[in-house]
Amino acid sequence: MPVPVYLSPMSRRIAGPEIEKLIQLLAKVPGLGPRSARRAALHLIKKKDQLMGPLAGAMADAYDKVGTCSVCGNVDTVDPCNICTDPRRDGSVIIVVEDVSDLWALERAGAMTAARYHVLGGTLSPLDGIGPDDLNIAGLVDRVAAGGVAEIILAVNATVEGQTTAHYVTDRLSGFEVKVTRLAHGVPVGGELDYLDDGTLAAALRARTNF
Amino acid sequence: MEWRDEGIILGTRRHGETSVILEAMTLGHGRHLGLVRGGRSRTMQPVLQPGNRVDLTWRARLDEHMGTFQAEPMEHHAARLFGSATGVFGLQACAAHLRLLPERDPHPRLYETLGILLEHLDEPQGAGELFIRFELMVLDELGFGLDLGRCAATGATEGLAWVSPKSGRAVSREAGEPWADKLLALPGFLLRGSGQRADGEGVRRALALTAYFFNRHVWEPRGMREPQERAGLAQALRRHFESGEGNAA
Repeated sequence: MPVPVYLSPMSRRIAGPEIEKLIQLLAKVPGLGPRSARRAALHLIKKKDQLMGPLAGAMADAYDKVGTCSVCGNVDTVDPCNICTDPRRDGSVIIVVEDVSDLWALERAGAMTAARYHVLGGTLSPLDGIGPDDLNIAGLVDRVAAGGVAEIILAVNATVEGQTTAHYVTDRLSGFEVKVTRLAHGVPVGGELDYLDDGTLAAALRARTNF
Repeated sequence: MEWRDEGIILGTRRHGETSVILEAMTLGHGRHLGLVRGGRSRTMQPVLQPGNRVDLTWRARLDEHMGTFQAEPMEHHAARLFGSATGVFGLQACAAHLRLLPERDPHPRLYETLGILLEHLDEPQGAGELFIRFELMVLDELGFGLDLGRCAATGATEGLAWVSPKSGRAVSREAGEPWADKLLALPGFLLRGSGQRADGEGVRRALALTAYFFNRHVWEPRGMREPQERAGLAQALRRHFESGEGNAA
């Protein structure tokens, strides 16, 4: 792996080791490269009291308190998480998602406010060596086996890996009296047919509904 | 270095925030990997799904480099296979088998068969038989092909009912009778010119037959186990035939 310019022994040191370490760590955040990490670090240094202090405090707080929900796999500062303990959600409908970011996206959409979630923690991926034992599938089976679940909505990505995982989960739940549904595949809101790929168009046509 | 070829996508791995490493089975260059810049974009993600046939251009400074791919869509199979358990499990099982082959080693027969298989993987009635024929071809390309054309003991071409677990050659019913408990069952639909259709029991026996030789020659020596996706496909096929749909068809 190439040594970043700001760490190269050949380059002149432009800041103290603390600042260099800050830049190095910021550069590991998704969306930030070495250059943008330098800009972010400089911004934090300039706004030391207004931004850097509160940010450091918030990060320390989060580091101390954030954990994984033992019921659904969501991340929160309490266990079980706020979604699992929300009395407005009855727990008869569980939405299965790949990752916490998908859970957040569905919550933002606000279409199923009474549902609870289950985070698998990824998808089956032979290329990455991820098998069923690496995912939180057993936890989902336990929740269904405990009773009170009427429907499982498989909200996994519309990729071959996502759908393979969905079929695997369906197989695992085949022994229970529970309705298993999945998200529709088709034309996105604002999508123009001319620009859609053939596969999506074909899926949308197959899943057409009465109008 | 540059070449252009058609290929069927076997899988992708994320590389950085915007790119993917694409693994494809190509017609003339075998299983090949390459970097696709911008492969995680909204326009490229539907194209780079396993099972899709693409027109590939590979470029690298040296032949031994991984290089970069430029992919143009040709046929979209992935979206059609999504809805069927035999479709997705079969697709992943085929990819797992093709990963047993060395990289950049052309296998045009396998490529053609994979193309035919992808057309029918979502039809459980025919998918089982086609998948087993694909597996026999993979074994053959790996150098462990089975000889199901004539009896290893008598040379007879009629009445073949078993396969020797040692030699991988067919054995006739009469010659194999005394060792029936040690021989593997040979389903009738695998015999050339039999005209038989694969039923649930035949598919189950054929999957057990190929699994035995994969395990003996490939999986066990390489410290591997049967791929999870193959087991998923076997289960999906069993469910199909048990549901009665397979018998009615």
